[in-house]
Amino acid sequence: MTPRLTHLRLLEAESIHILREVAAEFARPVMLYSIGKDSSVMLRLAQKAFHPGKIPFPLLHVDTGYKFQEMIEFRDRYTREIGATLIVHRNRRALDEGANPFRLGTEKCCALLKTRALLDALAEGGFDAAFGGARREEEKSRAKERIFSFRDPLGQWDPKNQRPELWNLFNSRIDKGESIRVFPLSNWTELDVWHYIHLERIQVVPLYFAKPREMVVRGETLIPVEHDFPLLPGERPRLVMCRMRSLGCTYCTGAVRSEADTVPKIIAELVGLRRSERENRVIDHDREGSMELKKREGYF
Amino acid sequence: MALAGTPQTVPDIEAFLEQDQRKDLLRFTTAGSVDDGKSTLIGRLLYDSRGVYEDQLAAVQRSPVNRSSGTIDFSLLTDGLRAEREQGITIDVAYRYFATPKRKFIIADTPGHEQYTRNMATGASTADLAIVLIDARNGVLTQSRRHASIAALLAIPHIVVAVNKMDLVGFRADVFESIRQEFAGHLKRLGVTGARFIPISALDGDNVISRSPRTPWYRGESLLEILENVPVDGDRTRGSMRFPVQIVIRPDSTFRGYAGQVVAGVLRRGDPVMVLPSGRTSRVKSIVTWEGELAEVFAPMSATVCLEDELDISRGDMLVHPAQAPRVSRHFEAALVWMNEQPLRLGTPYLLKHTTQQLTANVTAIAHRVNVNTLAEEPAETLELNEIGRVAIETARPLFFDAYTANRWTGSFILIDPIGNSTVAAGMIQEPRRQAGADRAARSALLDLEFQASRPTPAERFARAGHYPAVIWLTARRDLAYLLERQLFQRGCQVHALAEDVESRILPELAALLTAAGLIAIFSVSGPDAEELERARAQAGSDRFFHFDAESLAASDEQAAHQIMAALEDRGVLLKRDRFTEAEGI
Repeated sequence: MTPRLTHLRLLEAESIHILREVAAEFARPVMLYSIGKDSSVMLRLAQKAFHPGKIPFPLLHVDTGYKFQEMIEFRDRYTREIGATLIVHRNRRALDEGANPFRLGTEKCCALLKTRALLDALAEGGFDAAFGGARREEEKSRAKERIFSFRDPLGQWDPKNQRPELWNLFNSRIDKGESIRVFPLSNWTELDVWHYIHLERIQVVPLYFAKPREMVVRGETLIPVEHDFPLLPGERPRLVMCRMRSLGCTYCTGAVRSEADTVPKIIAELVGLRRSERENRVIDHDREGSMELKKREGYF
Repeated sequence: MALAGTPQTVPDIEAFLEQDQRKDLLRFTTAGSVDDGKSTLIGRLLYDSRGVYEDQLAAVQRSPVNRSSGTIDFSLLTDGLRAEREQGITIDVAYRYFATPKRKFIIADTPGHEQYTRNMATGASTADLAIVLIDARNGVLTQSRRHASIAALLAIPHIVVAVNKMDLVGFRADVFESIRQEFAGHLKRLGVTGARFIPISALDGDNVISRSPRTPWYRGESLLEILENVPVDGDRTRGSMRFPVQIVIRPDSTFRGYAGQVVAGVLRRGDPVMVLPSGRTSRVKSIVTWEGELAEVFAPMSATVCLEDELDISRGDMLVHPAQAPRVSRHFEAALVWMNEQPLRLGTPYLLKHTTQQLTANVTAIAHRVNVNTLAEEPAETLELNEIGRVAIETARPLFFDAYTANRWTGSFILIDPIGNSTVAAGMIQEPRRQAGADRAARSALLDLEFQASRPTPAERFARAGHYPAVIWLTARRDLAYLLERQLFQRGCQVHALAEDVESRILPELAALLTAAGLIAIFSVSGPDAEELERARAQAGSDRFFHFDAESLAASDEQAAHQIMAALEDRGVLLKRDRFTEAEGI
């Protein structure tokens, strides 16, 4: 019988190939580490790609200052455990000037605390390639993004002028100041990611698992009470059995009501529910096509 | 559909995970334009296989543009970018994902216009299967022909021809049949065998997921059944082993591993391997992964390989089985898909990226341009955006490769503009042509030559030269060939090495000519060719013919040269050194 790889092992082999290509061809790669489940999978793949050596590039976390405390704790503990080098970057100036989602609105807040901070961090570190955990399945404009996604010196993406990408041959040629965003998980789906976490017993932030949490219930949306979230008149936090489907800033990451407190239960919920995971992210709904606009400007 | 149920308990989900884990993966491509129902078909596959999430559907329903009158416009699910939504066309390659209990699927969804040939080629490059759509009302149009041509050029293993909009022609068997006959002719000219034809209505779902009662005359599988059952990646593990080295892993002085992806074949612990381009050989000491050591890895697994000998190996080198060497040459012909607004410039350096190596290359000639619609070969001075041509390429260093039809991963390359950095072309290396103009005339003259015995006898030649003629046949040992030539020359032998880019077809005749002239001829051929080897042996005479395969020779050139010298002495081609000096003393 001909040996055959299962879909998860095929995806794994493809991602490892991509990680190694970047490590071999770029002078200063960096891995964007967002602490979420996709980052956790990407990190495991990097460990595998360079085993028994160490991961040959640093991790970069863009900290908006509005992340969950549990995320920050997990980040510090886990990266220490696996011996990775971690860089944390914040847009200090914007934070000092009082940038926050409640005052600026989510679109502007995101532009300052995420996109601007990311571009600054990449420029400061002189990084010529940055891995991101984005997947093509997540959102329509991502479906067309290359695995090696070229960025001009301002970090911008031009969707109409992408380099053709054939077979497993990636064009890594850039001039000074330009960079490449690399997406090793391009072909993974949310189900693949969770299934891989299950198979590989990968640690994830406990926020993904259901438990009673203090939430503001606003219409259909559950908003976590952290970072002095301003309540509307008459609103009061309630204990709700819920979990996060994706992790971002506390205000923009809505929770979902759920009983799923293990990875298999999360998968069960996923295949039963069939709701897009970014649905609870407030930012994607700002305008139709908003993700494409953000990406053109340099967002991951 | 396994995904349909809502598993409530953990045992259920464990069973689901068990099944999900065993799935394999099929990549397929579709091409088409606004009107042929391609987006509708994909939307239908995603929707009916429950790959479409509820809220993405909700977003489509409140979208300001809505092109069709029905309740759900499936195509809005698939067209991603703002510009495309506004213009109502699909510009780029978009990737979609869905799964059934049997398989996971990746769709490379590409536009069908001629100006998007490059996008079609991109989508086709990794596909296991192509769905070519034909509108039943219009019959075979240029666009369907073009898509099939590109699928054939990119060597997609399976082609499914879906005759769509059967609902609009009353599901008539004769309409389907006449399209089938016409298109089968086109596929035959492309050299495509085993294509399947299926009548569908993407809009109504006939024969998409399950067989339709409205086409009782159709006996084949539904489209989804075909997608679920077609074999994937079967050939990849059967081919010759190829392991391009991506990066060397050296965490400390005790470990040196070569990391890469097995792009074809199987590699086992203990296997002999040859390293290209050096031609040195060793054995696989261990195969290291995060999970532990493995006894074997097969395509397309990623792994790290340690060898028994310390060899100088770096990124761009390739490990192969010594008996399955690829072609090694600085010259080859390729089919080129031009992908840039700047047309091809002959004789100008481009960067050629092939497996894990990158080198400078020139396109030296254009044999012809292929009309992608009619397949006619047209003369051409250059190649413009979206044109396809057959060209001759010369590289600065030897490349080790297979024909694209034999191995997609070692037979493909891209060309990069060294100044603008864009990817300007995709290339597929062709089998060497058996005839090519002037070359061919010269070669056939040589092949037709009947060598006549020369007047000086072999004994007279031996008396003068001090050795008998011989042929030494090596595989991919260029450096060894020259070392040996030098050593024999210094011993006073008449010797000649042919080790650069040798066309093995003429070697038997050269063997006859060179041995007739009393020389020791050393050939280092790029790959094994049993037929030429045996002809050369017959031409030179088996007592004068020395064939050394990689396993019988030491990895070090010095040691190997010593082995070969000893063999020449043992068989009496050379006098043994001591006897030689004695003879001199007489």
